[in-house]
Amino acid sequence: MSASSPNQNPNQLEQIVARQRQQQQRFKTGVNISYGVLLLALAFLFSGLEFNIGPIAITTISLDFVFIRERIGFIFGGVGLTIMLAILSISLACVLALLGALGRLSKFPPAYALSTFYISLIRGTPLLLQIIFFFLALPQLGIRLSGLTAGVLALGLNYGAYMTEIMRAGIQSVGIGQREAALAIGMTQSQIMRRIILPQAFRLVVPPIGNEFIAMLKDTSLISVTGFVWEILWRSQRVGRQSFRNLEALLMAALFYWIITIIFSAVQNRIEAYLGKGERNSGGMIH
Amino acid sequence: MTQSLIEIKNLHKHFGAIQAVNGVDLNIAQGEVVVIVGPSGSGKSTVLRCINHLEIPSAGAVYIDGVHLEDRRTDINKVRAEVGMVFQQFNLFAHLTVLDNITIAQRLVRKRSRGEAEEIAMRQLERVGIPEKATMYPRQLSGGQQQRVAIARSLAMNPKIMLFDEPTSALDPEMIKEVLDVMLDLARDGMTMVVVTHEMGFARAAAQRVVFMDNGQIIEVGPPDQIFINPTHERTQLFLSKIIKH
Ligand SMILES: Nc1ncnc2c1ncn2[C@@H]1O[C@H](COP(=O)(O)OP(=O)(O)O)[C@@H](O)[C@H]1O
Ligand SMILES: [Mg+2]
Repeated sequence: MSASSPNQNPNQLEQIVARQRQQQQRFKTGVNISYGVLLLALAFLFSGLEFNIGPIAITTISLDFVFIRERIGFIFGGVGLTIMLAILSISLACVLALLGALGRLSKFPPAYALSTFYISLIRGTPLLLQIIFFFLALPQLGIRLSGLTAGVLALGLNYGAYMTEIMRAGIQSVGIGQREAALAIGMTQSQIMRRIILPQAFRLVVPPIGNEFIAMLKDTSLISVTGFVWEILWRSQRVGRQSFRNLEALLMAALFYWIITIIFSAVQNRIEAYLGKGERNSGGMIH
Repeated sequence: MTQSLIEIKNLHKHFGAIQAVNGVDLNIAQGEVVVIVGPSGSGKSTVLRCINHLEIPSAGAVYIDGVHLEDRRTDINKVRAEVGMVFQQFNLFAHLTVLDNITIAQRLVRKRSRGEAEEIAMRQLERVGIPEKATMYPRQLSGGQQQRVAIARSLAMNPKIMLFDEPTSALDPEMIKEVLDVMLDLARDGMTMVVVTHEMGFARAAAQRVVFMDNGQIIEVGPPDQIFINPTHERTQLFLSKIIKH
C-alpha cells in the first residue's frame, strides 16, 4: 500500500457507492414504470371496450359494475371472519407445534412417537380432506362440529404439524451452554424451558410463523367447503351463484385476499425489522 | 475423621468408546482450593462436571457434603443450588439483563422475593466490581465483565462450592487479571473451589493443592510449588515444559 492510499481510498469508495446507488435508483424507477404499464393494461383488459384494428375485432372483458357495487359490501363483510379464523387457527397451530417440537426433542419414547406419528399423518394427507373429515366424518362417530369449529381444528392441526419444524429449529438454536448454566444453578427442566430456552427461541420463530399466518389467511378459504362459515370465499360464491356473476364475485374475493396479504406482509416486515433492530442494538461486542 | 466437602470415589466416565475419566479418587475439604491441570482431553472438565452431575458417571460415586449424587433419591437441583459453576464461555442468559441473570435462579430456586434477590445481586455485582452494568445485556459487556457477572450469578446463590472450568481461557490477555482477582478474593474469603486452569500464578497464590491429570487419571497431587517446580512424574514434567514454553 502506498502512503497516499489512505487519502485516495475513501474517495474511490464514495464513487463506487454513489454509482451503486444510482443504479439502484434507476432500477426502482424502471420497476415503478412497469407497474404503471401493467395496471393500465389490466384496466384496459377489464374496460369492456370493443373496437376494431383493421380486420381484427378486439373485445375486452366487461364487468357488471352494478353487481359489484351492490355486492362488494357483502363480500367485504367476510374479511373480519377470515382474519379471525386465521388468528384462531394459527394460535392452535402454535400450541400444537410447540408440543410437537417438545415431543420430537424428548427422550421419552412415547412423547417422541406421538409427535412423529402426528407429523407424519398430517403431512401425509391433504388439508382439504382433513377439513372435510372433521366436518363430515366425525358426526358418524357422534361428534358434531360446526363448520367453523371443524375448520379451525383442521387448519390448526395441519399447520401445527408443519410448524413443528420451525419450533424445533428455534429451540435447538439456543446454545447448549444456556441450558447447562441453568442446570448448574439448580433450575428444573421446565423452568429452563419456560424461562431460558423459549424466550430466546421466540425471536427466531416469529418471522417464519408470520409467513405461516399469511399463508393461513388464504387457506381459511378452504373452510368454505363446509358451508355457512361466512368468510370471504363463501360469501363471494354465494352471491356469484345467485346472480350468475361468478367472475365479478370471485375477482372481488381475490382482491380482498390480496389486499389483506399485502397489509399483513407489511406488518410482518415491521415486526421483523423491529426484532432485527433489537438484535443489532445489543449485538455489538465491546471488547 | 472429618468428612470432606467433596468426595470423588473411583470415578469413571466414558463417552462411547472414549474413556474420558478412568478411576479418579479425590477428596476436597471445606475451604480448600484445588487447581486441576493437564493436557487438553485429559478429563479435567468431565471430572468437574461430575461434581455437579452435569455428567453422570459411568461408575464410581461423588458425594457433596455427604450426599450421594448418583442416588436416585437425591434431589439434584437442590445440590446444584449449593454448587456454583463458571464456564469457559461465560454462558450468561443472553435474553436477560445482568441484574436478571443474577436474580432469576435466586427467585426460582431459592424462592427469594424480587427485592431481596435484587439487593443480593447488587451486592455481588459490587463485589466483582461492576455494579454500573446491572441494566445492560450480556452482549454489551466485554468478556472479562461477562465472566465476572457469571461469578456473581453463582455467588448470589450462596454456594458452598464453586467450580471453575478454564474461566480465563476465552479471555483476551488484558482481561484475565480482573477475573483472577475476583477468584483470588473469593479464595481468601474461604470459599471451597475446584478450578481447572493453567494460570500458574493463580494456582500458586490460591491453591492448597494442584492435581495433574492425564488420560483420565490423576498422575500427581501436591502443593503448587512441588508440582510446578519439582514434579516427580515424567508426564507432569513434559506437560509443564510445554505450557511454560507458551
Ligand atoms: N459429551 C461428550 N461426548 C463425547 N466425548 C466427550 C464428551 N465430553 C468429553 N468428551 C471426550 O472426553 C475426553 C475428556 O474430555 P474433557 O473432560 O473435556 O477434557 P479436558 O477438559 O481435560 O480437556 C476427551 O477425549 C473428549 O473428547
Ligand atoms: Mg475442558
